Amino acid sequence: MHHLSLYLHFVKLRIQSQMEYRLSFVFDVFAQASISVIDFFMIALLFNRFKELAGWSLWEVGFLYGMIGICFALAEMFGRGFDVFQRNIARGDFDRVLIRPLGTFFQVFSHEFLLRRFGRIAQALVVLLIANSQLIIPWSFAKVGYLLISLVSGTCFFIGLFVIGATSCFWTVQSIEIINIFTNGGVFMGSYPFSIYRWWFRHFFTFIVPLACVNYFPSLFLLGKVETLGISPVGAQLAPLAGFLFLGVTVLFWRWGVLHYQSTGF
Amino acid sequence: MHNLTGYATNRQLGLIYMIEVDNLSKIFKVYHHRKGFFGSFVNLFSRKHHVVQAVDRISFTVRRGEIVGYLGPNGAGKSTTIKMLTGILVPTSGSVTVNGYIPHRQRKENAKRIGVVFGQRSHLWFDLPVQESFELLQRIYRIPEMQYRYNVEIFDELLNLGDFFRTPVRQLSLGQRMRADIAAALLHNPDVLFLDEPTIGLDVVAKARIRQFIQKINAEREVTVVLTTHDLDDVEKLCKRVILIDNARLCFDGELATLRRLLSTERLLSVDYAEVYPDISIPNAHVIHREGARAQYRFSPEEISTADLIGAILQKFKIVDISVQEPDIEELIKTVYEDNLTLERKLTEPISSDTQAN
Repeated sequence: MHHLSLYLHFVKLRIQSQMEYRLSFVFDVFAQASISVIDFFMIALLFNRFKELAGWSLWEVGFLYGMIGICFALAEMFGRGFDVFQRNIARGDFDRVLIRPLGTFFQVFSHEFLLRRFGRIAQALVVLLIANSQLIIPWSFAKVGYLLISLVSGTCFFIGLFVIGATSCFWTVQSIEIINIFTNGGVFMGSYPFSIYRWWFRHFFTFIVPLACVNYFPSLFLLGKVETLGISPVGAQLAPLAGFLFLGVTVLFWRWGVLHYQSTGF
Repeated sequence: MHNLTGYATNRQLGLIYMIEVDNLSKIFKVYHHRKGFFGSFVNLFSRKHHVVQAVDRISFTVRRGEIVGYLGPNGAGKSTTIKMLTGILVPTSGSVTVNGYIPHRQRKENAKRIGVVFGQRSHLWFDLPVQESFELLQRIYRIPEMQYRYNVEIFDELLNLGDFFRTPVRQLSLGQRMRADIAAALLHNPDVLFLDEPTIGLDVVAKARIRQFIQKINAEREVTVVLTTHDLDDVEKLCKRVILIDNARLCFDGELATLRRLLSTERLLSVDYAEVYPDISIPNAHVIHREGARAQYRFSPEEISTADLIGAILQKFKIVDISVQEPDIEELIKTVYEDNLTLERKLTEPISSDTQAN
């Protein structure tokens, strides 16, 4: 409870300071939403020519796109502290984290809250809702719950990637840029059905970096499509758990990394 | 009054030493970085590095309520030691306990009971007003409302926080920021206060104010203070005891007075003569400066005692004023750094009996 109330207090403070420049904030939210509208427009153009991609229609792909977009924007909103950790550790801010009687993960997590990602979330949500209106999905309470869990799982997955990037700063100071392949690249890859990719690629992004588990498999289940790529239907339904598991593993990696923190100077 | 502020629990009173450091070492691995996208990838696998020993087998203890000056030149390992005592860094070897806790293993427990101020960097929230920063600390440390209000009131009285209590930290002057930082570090009534260069860059008035505050807090609350500084005025005003480190190793631990006595083989005597004498030489004393009727001698108490020297002068000349000066501590410490060996030789016998007697 102490942590929750502290977290909410931190978020409140972050929002206040971001609202100080209201016009810039509004403009930012608007700009982000517009950029991502263009983004989806490109996919729509593609489908205008090909109609179908590996048995997926435009709006089915739109469903994938909306889901992954929401997850990534949420991860950027909540996991911002890990995303910008490289900058903070270089300034020596991590010393401050270590002298406070709170967990390091909690402190870095609650250090930032990027409200302006709201624009991106809204855009992805709109695509998801339009896709839903164009498709006939037999919704039930269980399925809505499953969708929400999948979204949280996907958010955890991306935050986990940020955590890996942040943890690497304990050794390299400069964050490994490779992580961007997985974050930004992940959004791109996740916007298309995984069946279009080669088998080693699919397996890597299922079992090592479980991108497919938080987006593709849940969509299969929700859209009632049958192509589970050698994974049993039950396995596909349980897939979203991988996102939580992934974050859990990265938290352990983080804790181990903290022990290797060298601070700055002597 | 004491119960109100809630310091000194049984657990803490049971300990003789607030800080125990035994054979503490820290070795840094400095990695050679490759730049760019490909380079950062290679960095993950190939780990070329060299080793820097920042702290080398240092041992000392600090009693409850002591103020200790932890001194040394840049890069001697002062900050590294402080960072190990505060739980920021994990020692390479040796042991360290603060208040009975091992800082890097019981970091959070330790953090509740210590206050840390780094002069070079604020620990407050840059874009928040001082007041909101304090309130945030109250939440983080779960400081009871009574204690919080009492402390803010007292600190305001001593440091005049009221002048800038609603100003965002980023807009504070250096002196104001330091006052805010020190007050912030004491809100939760820590048992130990670590001050790393608390007066760096401050003007004389601001320095004096901060020193007074530290003295008062130490006296009234029995807060143990570990102070690193380059400012030897800080040391003279605040610390009875100093620990000197150089090149990662401890080279002196004892009373400031002992250090001075140990090193001050020479003293200065200034004399204002009643008239200008052509020859003012005195056996066993060297004239190092002469201007009109004023002269300055350098002498060694081993060769001639101060009393004998003054006697000799009075016998020969008429004087207006006379004064003896101890050499500046800054000079002393410079000697230690430049001539570590001399000190080590001197350290052998007289010092151990001296410190015990004190």
